[in-house]
Amino acid sequence: MSIKRTAQSVALSLVAAAAMTTGAAAGGHGIDLTGKTVEWVIPFSETGGSAKWANFYAPLLSEALPGQPTVVVKFMPGAGSTKGANWFQDQEFKDGTVIFGSSGSTQFPYLLGDPRVKYEYGDWNVVLASGTGGVAYLPPELASKMDGLDASLLQGEDFIYGSQGATRLDLVPLLAWEMLGLQVEPVFGIKGRGDGRLMFERGEANIDYQTSSSYLSGVTPLVEAGTAVPMMSWGALDDDGNIVRDPTFPDMPTFKEVCEATAGCETSGEQWDAWKAFFIAGFPAQKMVFLPKGASNDAIVSYTAAFEAIKARADFAEISAGRLGAYPQMTGEAAKKALQSGTDVPEAAKTFVVNWLEERYGVTLN
Amino acid sequence: MDIIATALPALGDAFGLILQPIVLGYLVLGVVMGLAIGVFPGLGGIAGLSLLLPFMFGMDPILGLALMVGMVAVVPTSDTFASVLMGIPGSSASQATVLDGFPMAKKGQAARALSAAFAASLFGGLVGASFLTIFILIARPIVLEFRTPELLMITIFGLSMVGILAGRVAVKGIVAAGLGMLVGTIGEGASAGDLRMATYDLPYLTDGLKLVIVGLGIFAIPEIVSLLRQDRAISDRAQLGGGWLEGVRDWFANIWLSVRCSIIGVVVGVIPGLGGSVVDWIAYGHTVQTTKDKSGFGQGEVRGVIGPESSNNAKEGGGLVPTLLFGIPGSGSMAIFIGAIALLGSGQIEVGPAMLKNNLDITYSIVWLLALANVVGTLICIAGSGFIARLTNIRFALLAPFLFMIISFAAFQSGQNLMDLVALFGIGLLGIMMRRFDWSRPAFLIGFVLSDPAETYANQALQIARSRFRRGFEDGMEYIFSPIVIVLLIITVISVIVGLRQAKNIMAEGDVQAGSKRAPMIFLGIVFAYIVAAYWNAALIPGDSTDRVFPMFVAGVSIAGCLYLSVRMMLKPETDVMFADRERSGDEADAAHGLWSTLGWFAGLLVLTSLLGFILALALFLAAFLRVRAGLSWAMAAAYTAAGIAFMCGMAGLLNRDFPPGLLQEYVDLPWPLT
Repeated sequence: MSIKRTAQSVALSLVAAAAMTTGAAAGGHGIDLTGKTVEWVIPFSETGGSAKWANFYAPLLSEALPGQPTVVVKFMPGAGSTKGANWFQDQEFKDGTVIFGSSGSTQFPYLLGDPRVKYEYGDWNVVLASGTGGVAYLPPELASKMDGLDASLLQGEDFIYGSQGATRLDLVPLLAWEMLGLQVEPVFGIKGRGDGRLMFERGEANIDYQTSSSYLSGVTPLVEAGTAVPMMSWGALDDDGNIVRDPTFPDMPTFKEVCEATAGCETSGEQWDAWKAFFIAGFPAQKMVFLPKGASNDAIVSYTAAFEAIKARADFAEISAGRLGAYPQMTGEAAKKALQSGTDVPEAAKTFVVNWLEERYGVTLN
Repeated sequence: MDIIATALPALGDAFGLILQPIVLGYLVLGVVMGLAIGVFPGLGGIAGLSLLLPFMFGMDPILGLALMVGMVAVVPTSDTFASVLMGIPGSSASQATVLDGFPMAKKGQAARALSAAFAASLFGGLVGASFLTIFILIARPIVLEFRTPELLMITIFGLSMVGILAGRVAVKGIVAAGLGMLVGTIGEGASAGDLRMATYDLPYLTDGLKLVIVGLGIFAIPEIVSLLRQDRAISDRAQLGGGWLEGVRDWFANIWLSVRCSIIGVVVGVIPGLGGSVVDWIAYGHTVQTTKDKSGFGQGEVRGVIGPESSNNAKEGGGLVPTLLFGIPGSGSMAIFIGAIALLGSGQIEVGPAMLKNNLDITYSIVWLLALANVVGTLICIAGSGFIARLTNIRFALLAPFLFMIISFAAFQSGQNLMDLVALFGIGLLGIMMRRFDWSRPAFLIGFVLSDPAETYANQALQIARSRFRRGFEDGMEYIFSPIVIVLLIITVISVIVGLRQAKNIMAEGDVQAGSKRAPMIFLGIVFAYIVAAYWNAALIPGDSTDRVFPMFVAGVSIAGCLYLSVRMMLKPETDVMFADRERSGDEADAAHGLWSTLGWFAGLLVLTSLLGFILALALFLAAFLRVRAGLSWAMAAAYTAAGIAFMCGMAGLLNRDFPPGLLQEYVDLPWPLT
């Protein structure tokens, strides 16, 4: 192990040097993690999307951090990520060897006031925010009823959607479809979005959505085979906070465009504001890396520099395209801004969603 | 013709890729690592693949695949050691193997049982790969025919195996299965997140109990405690010479059974959503049904080992279909496998619907690497089985503390929570009582394993069917009663009728004498009380939530069963089979040590762990046990303890795992592994 580590450190001294320089430039001294082991805690099981994301970054992070520590991903599943996040809340900063990866599923219970949430995003220090997008799609015979961007002809159909639960990320598509006037009945109890796609392929569900990377690998072949047709993307945020076309799917209309063209759907008012707020919380700032509360400025600087060095790799675009999609990997101020928009939802939007969940799905959050 | 035209060149390419010395070298390396990890109960492919993940980034795809496939393929082979030799189900794939494998070990035929199992595994793996080579090309449309009603029907078919394993009093077996299903519903419901028999004040329960813990508690702990009380070796007679050759001959004599069970394994493995949890039970049920003389099952019938073992390696092959063709992992290890494939090379292999079109050669490479890994792994295992089988001749008091160590560590891996050990102890106690009073433990486990799919698929099928019926009556009927559902329904009904008629002859746990009335009635009372509590608890969930329906239904049926049993107990004399009680006669009654004092040792480990953390507690436990119970000298006890601790730390260090902390660690910061 130590031989390997030495070899690594020799081979990658360039990257490390770059990282240290950037770190120093940002105004701190940085920390040295030589010979240490960084534990990256993921509050989900080994099998989910967050695991893929962390497993993608871990070896790169190990190379880029000063001293080339071993970076291990630790899984701490339980209570839909609440258990791991509560655990992280209790961690005091020591030497920067504990970091945490959160996801949209960690944000939503926090935003909705789930009684099990004992964590506070404000206490943590964000060093990376990864965005993603999502695409809704239909079977061809239903897609043909879309009149351009106008979805009104779909309003009389019976839709079935395989869902992981109305309080999860699924609330973004469910609310969007409801705003379009579609009668979508969620079938709960599926274990992951892949199962939802399978239900669609079996013809049991007739509407579905996938996050961008799953759409690219799982649905694009169906689209090519003519058994699925994209309906819309959720869009992406520009620098001013407006919803624009998703850079990964520039030819696809966004939900906003479809909504504008469909009778009865409004892109203003409390329903729209609530949808937009939860979309922002769930997608453009979906996965984040944190240092625990009380982290030293040096540690924050070192990690920020390390993630910047990863982004600056010549092959980053190539190796990340399949795993992460063409989405911003934000560090520094941009990450802070993403965290801000992802965890600070207006009170009105919260109240609207809590009431809507209770009225529509009988879900109470206490 | 078209299919063959594309398949043959790809198959040729695949063999060209595989049959390079370096690829084979990586494969063997993976196999050896997989065997080493698979031997430990509770550590399966997930632990092994996590270990390999950091090395996958940018690795040559075929080498990485060889390493990973080698490791995943042999886990269901090597976990047979624990099932046969110790009665510990190493993973869900080897639960049914315990039923006849362990009794064979007790009869001094461990080597024979092991080699029969390995020969069957090897054959199953090869049949699976051959079948897949053709099937994978036409699998997609067939797999898509298995909609929710079909999945529900397969789950029910799996549950119908309870009929065969119910024991002498069928209703007792049904209640045991009902109890297993109710234990399986503990925690947050899948559809609305309502809590069943759990509270947010005890967060551990909201996630439900894990299969590892229930499997170890129900099967392993009762056997370990029982053997420990009798203070002897596992095998009650000296090793019979040349056992391993005999096992291979047994397998060859039953080759057609092996073929049929392999096919069952591939086919069930192919269907996404069920994973491997039912395969070995269905294979075991099939084995029992097709055997003329059923009296040997549960007491060391070699066919009972060959059947499930043929199916569980074949299942790994079948499980590749949903994984590679749909990008939907059939198991936890397959999920990591998918993630790891994305890290290989420059990430050009994209698992999912495009796999066959773009990477047919890679697909075939994976299928045949799997087969090859099976061959290598089996040969290593057979070579070692004669030697390892000697473990069964060691005095059990020397073995037991290390088994407690290993199963505690395994249980802790599932939730990394001290509560894991408490749950293991609780379920272990239930297992001990079920064994004592002759309640079918396999029925309980089948109920537990299938509880979640039964509930989820039933709710989903109902909901989708309602929507179809709204569209039209014919549409709805077509959805529910597809040809596949009807065929499965007929098979299930036949299997239940035949099974119940035969159940009386199959004593999966051996003959148990009846004793007095009091103890069996108290146990029934406790089971009854839990079931009523579960019913009442589910009934409190608000009416519009579907999370209440399934537990209420299962509890309702079980309550009816309990009432029947209560009435029958009152009417029958105390010599009736109803009052079977192991403490009355046989090995248990003559045991050198009492139940509670033996269990007390394990409880002591638990309490010490909660105070001092696992490693310190383990050191004290091992030393004390070896000195006091096994009667070693202090010096010997200390040496054994040191070896045990060193081994545990080495294992955990390698796999990067922590140990359960105790109260002490709240106050003092200790270095690993004492944390």
